[in-house]
Amino acid sequence: MIRKLILLFLVFFPSNTYGLIKVDITRGNLDPLPLAVSPLAIDIESKNKFKKILNKQDIGSEISIIVERNLKTSGLFNPLNKEAFLQKPDIANLKPRFEDWKLIKAQALITGKVNFVDEKLRVEFRLWDILAGREMMALAFTTVPTNWRRVGHIISDKVYERLTGEKGYFDTRIIYVAEEGPKTQRVKKLAIMDQDGFNNKFLTLGNELVLTPRFNKTSQLVTYLSYFRNLPRVYLLDIETGTQEVVGDFPGMTFAPRFSPDGKKIIMSFAKDGNSDIYTMDLESRVVDRITNHPSIDTSPSYSPDGKFISFNSDRSGYQQIYVMDSNGKNVKRISFGKGLYGTPVWSPRGDLIAFTKLHKGKFYIGVMRTDGSGERLLTENFYQEAPSWSPNGRVLIFYRETKTNDEGKGFSAKLWSIDLTGYNEREVKTPTDASDPSWSSLLSN
Amino acid sequence: MKFNKILKNALLIIVACLALSACATKKAGTGQMQGDVYTGKDTVEYLASGVPDRVFFATNESVLTTASRETLRKQAAWLRKNSKINIVLEGHADERGTREYNLALGERRANAAKDYLMTYGVSSDRISVLSYGKERPVDSGSNPLSWSKNRRSVTVKAN
Repeated sequence: MIRKLILLFLVFFPSNTYGLIKVDITRGNLDPLPLAVSPLAIDIESKNKFKKILNKQDIGSEISIIVERNLKTSGLFNPLNKEAFLQKPDIANLKPRFEDWKLIKAQALITGKVNFVDEKLRVEFRLWDILAGREMMALAFTTVPTNWRRVGHIISDKVYERLTGEKGYFDTRIIYVAEEGPKTQRVKKLAIMDQDGFNNKFLTLGNELVLTPRFNKTSQLVTYLSYFRNLPRVYLLDIETGTQEVVGDFPGMTFAPRFSPDGKKIIMSFAKDGNSDIYTMDLESRVVDRITNHPSIDTSPSYSPDGKFISFNSDRSGYQQIYVMDSNGKNVKRISFGKGLYGTPVWSPRGDLIAFTKLHKGKFYIGVMRTDGSGERLLTENFYQEAPSWSPNGRVLIFYRETKTNDEGKGFSAKLWSIDLTGYNEREVKTPTDASDPSWSSLLSN
Repeated sequence: MKFNKILKNALLIIVACLALSACATKKAGTGQMQGDVYTGKDTVEYLASGVPDRVFFATNESVLTTASRETLRKQAAWLRKNSKINIVLEGHADERGTREYNLALGERRANAAKDYLMTYGVSSDRISVLSYGKERPVDSGSNPLSWSKNRRSVTVKAN
């Protein structure tokens, strides 16, 4: 699906530095920027064509709703109520009457137009700075009509980037484990969806237990743990072709897989005779390297984005703690020294932070610390939550949370949640079934 | 005849009361844990008469308790007598730990049981080990007693 996508970027005007609006995303944003997302204008003929193809009444309005929802979910923007808009979409797109938009307190305005051209969907959009009274950006895309949701996400990313100065994370997908059934006999399937919960698709049937899927940053490959034939092993799945293969030939359980940043290796744990150590396997040469050799449990390895370091958790001190070492296994250093147990370290895409799960006095926390262990900051506390995964811009973490059951053992649920690095904007990421083990893809278009 | 019926009903009521009070004590969990290791029989099944199928562990531990060693010696004796039977040792953890660490912990627990069985004369090629981490609890409760039942290594006949 990704390769089929044809996107033509036609930059009308180079995005320049005139813009006066700037959204600061480094602090918790308690005062989101008010902006107006005008429905994209569409002519009657195009409207009818898309109605037939996509079964949507007004595709222009639908795309603008995606943009609106994305920007609102980010917590940085406050899309204003459309009923207050004074200007019609087509006229606003030509030349907004800035006073009208100032009146409803919009600081930025998004307008656009949708056309049906040669069986394709053509979308142009503009971002306007209301206070300065000028255009900040104008772009156009052409793609197959079925990609209409992605167009909405790409517009969201462009707006986010223009207004915050950092890349967005909307044209992305989440792979996760869909869960159903009683707690003692959970049925688990791999599932994938757009970042906003749409286009959900199950990738396995649920015949065998599957856990911990993780994206490759550079392609459509996923690595995960499957109990196929009751042999828990790390697998590789191509989500475009559906091809699956077991990774390596280990005489025992392999688990906790992740890709190296260049996508060429898988790093994972291999358990033998009661001892788990960390190994890598080169996907091309199939060469296996042992990275740790210690009688403790060493697991949950994750590379730094430059591939030079590995973080992992180990109970070599007696309890589960976080360590960092060189990618060849040398210079192992413990970095977590706070009270409690620490696990599931994941290096941020920016390289400056490690997100983790912490257990202290019966509560579970998602937190971040610098890569030397300093500056520990806990973002959220709950009965049970773990396994953070970073948005590609390193600003948001997605993780899963489980509820406590009642005295009869009833009321169990597992859900995906996200929270900003600032500790603000905590929200549930809706999924059709219960869900766990989320992994965030990189930006699909770039 | 009528008197007989009344008597029967009364007996039924008495039996029901007994059952209820038994339930009540079970819920309180008294005497079912030593430290945080489960010592009750609720979830235990038997490989043969007098041969319990599972042993229990303390939080984050894979050390075999005195009771666990006794259970495993019974299993070993039974396995030596039934030399055609192979087994899978299924190691489990409770829900209070990260998924991946618990997979490793389950494997470590099952191997503690395996090592002990081997010491008592069960050949290693009859034993395979399978960790489920926290994926297959027997008790879905979120309380210390439920968790203690879930921290276990279960010996399952493979053939």
